[in-house]
Amino acid sequence: MWQDDLRAVYCIALKDMRTYYLKPPAISWGVIFPVVWILAFYLRNPGNFEDLIPGLIAMTILFSTTAAEAVVINFELKLGSIERLLLAPISIASVLIGKVLGGFIFGLIMTAILTIASSIYLGLHPNALLLTAIAVPSLLVFSSLGAFFSVAVKEVFEAQTLLNLPRFFMIFLCGVVYPISAMPKWLQDLAYILPLTYTVDGLRRSFYLSSTSSMFTDLLVLIVFFIILIVPATRLLEKKFE
Amino acid sequence: MTRYSPCQPNITGSGTVAANPVLTDKAVIQTFDLTKYYGNFLAVDHLNFSVQKGETFGFLGPNGSGKTTTIRMLVGLSKPTEGRASILGYDILTSMAEAKRSIGVVPDVSNLYDELSARNNLLFMARLYGVARDLREAKADELLKIFGLYERRDDPFGTFSRGMKRALTIAAALIHSPKILFLDEPTTGLDVVAAQSLRNLISNLHSQGQTIFLTTHYLEEADRLCDRIAILVKGKIIKIDTPLELKNSAKGKAAIEITFTGNIRTRLDELSIKIPGTKIYALDDDKVRICGGDPAKIFEGAFQFAKDAGIGLEFVNSIRPSLEDAFMRITGLSPKIMAIEKTGR
Repeated sequence: MWQDDLRAVYCIALKDMRTYYLKPPAISWGVIFPVVWILAFYLRNPGNFEDLIPGLIAMTILFSTTAAEAVVINFELKLGSIERLLLAPISIASVLIGKVLGGFIFGLIMTAILTIASSIYLGLHPNALLLTAIAVPSLLVFSSLGAFFSVAVKEVFEAQTLLNLPRFFMIFLCGVVYPISAMPKWLQDLAYILPLTYTVDGLRRSFYLSSTSSMFTDLLVLIVFFIILIVPATRLLEKKFE
Repeated sequence: MTRYSPCQPNITGSGTVAANPVLTDKAVIQTFDLTKYYGNFLAVDHLNFSVQKGETFGFLGPNGSGKTTTIRMLVGLSKPTEGRASILGYDILTSMAEAKRSIGVVPDVSNLYDELSARNNLLFMARLYGVARDLREAKADELLKIFGLYERRDDPFGTFSRGMKRALTIAAALIHSPKILFLDEPTTGLDVVAAQSLRNLISNLHSQGQTIFLTTHYLEEADRLCDRIAILVKGKIIKIDTPLELKNSAKGKAAIEITFTGNIRTRLDELSIKIPGTKIYALDDDKVRICGGDPAKIFEGAFQFAKDAGIGLEFVNSIRPSLEDAFMRITGLSPKIMAIEKTGR
């Protein structure tokens, strides 16, 4: 029943927050890595730093959500803990959504801290509503990306390693530090099939209040990415128990 | 949801496997030709049995005989390829969620969360099963006391010994007061003292009226804990009966254990020629159990074999029929095969 599933989503997310998200892998990939990047860019060009803030928030969303998410499910599959969850009267989808929500909450906390701190320090005034409208689906997309890699591979280490490929591609291709418009056409085409492009674009619009109609497109595309990641991830997890 | 009415065919599972099963109102688990294939491999072969309310029902068989596969199908972790089953009247194919509310499962591995304390593990499971908020803590503490873990309630699960982990895993399966408890190899990997202590706990649960479905490859465990035992070999139930009846079926057959002074494992054929009409099982390199036949002829044949082979006899024991003897007679397997396969030796 849906009440059981809702309760399970909440319990699993809360438990994951307590057990995984204050552990070294989550801290190193989810906190230290984005902070080091931010510092590196700040030291390189302190004068133009505020232009980079939307991209750096997007990068924080990407890394904080995927940091532990990419290993948590695989790790628990190995331990048999996922199996234990499935012994309760709950669906496989609710177990996966609970896991995704754990990554989402951790990412939300990290993103909120960075956004508030950088806005106060640099005197920026983003539109909070628009920023939330882009950040929330983005957090869900990248948490689902981590979940997808976690269920798709056999070994725990494979998930982190393989996930680095799309993560680093996205940092360089999606406008985080380098404008997409300045890239060759074929790289621009590649950028538009990557979800971080829409996160960066949406965040930038929320900071600089440019066209909100394009922002609606960003939001829509991010929702589509969430669906095309969470559905196969659920199916892959279901297949493991057939 | 689908619930079976008592008019549907069933078997009691008493005695040998019945062709025309008889239904009882007290049956809480019923299977009908329950079958599982992995690719072309037949893991569970058309199982028909039922478990009555309040009984401890054991699945006894060597590793790979289909015990865990059967449990996984009954608790909803794996789908049957053919056949069906019901738990408390709920069809496992269509109403598993309802059935899951009333069952507790202890898998063959202790898979609670290492980072969480014993108490928090139980509280997490209680929340997951929707145990009322005002009952959770009291129930968790009660179970911790019953299982002798209350003093360690705030210690992380990861710091527990194997026996304590097993005990807490059972406690976690009982947090929502299930009507049926499934135990998959509960004492595997435990030392003698921990295994004994856990068997006492299981026995106490049974005496309080808990229905238990237990799989084991330990004959003495099945003998001690189970009201009825299904012997499973290669995915098929060979026989279902009470431990007493199984042992009685081996009565009247002589069972003699002989320990030689040298290795005779490779010379069993020679020994069997000397003692015709018997079944010989190697218990060790130098030890055999001989079932059936005339004891006088067995002694005579064994002495002759030892003399011809140039080895001596160390011990000769005539033994009362045990569940081991019944197991050997029914399956034709040595009870050693269970331990050998399980440890991979």
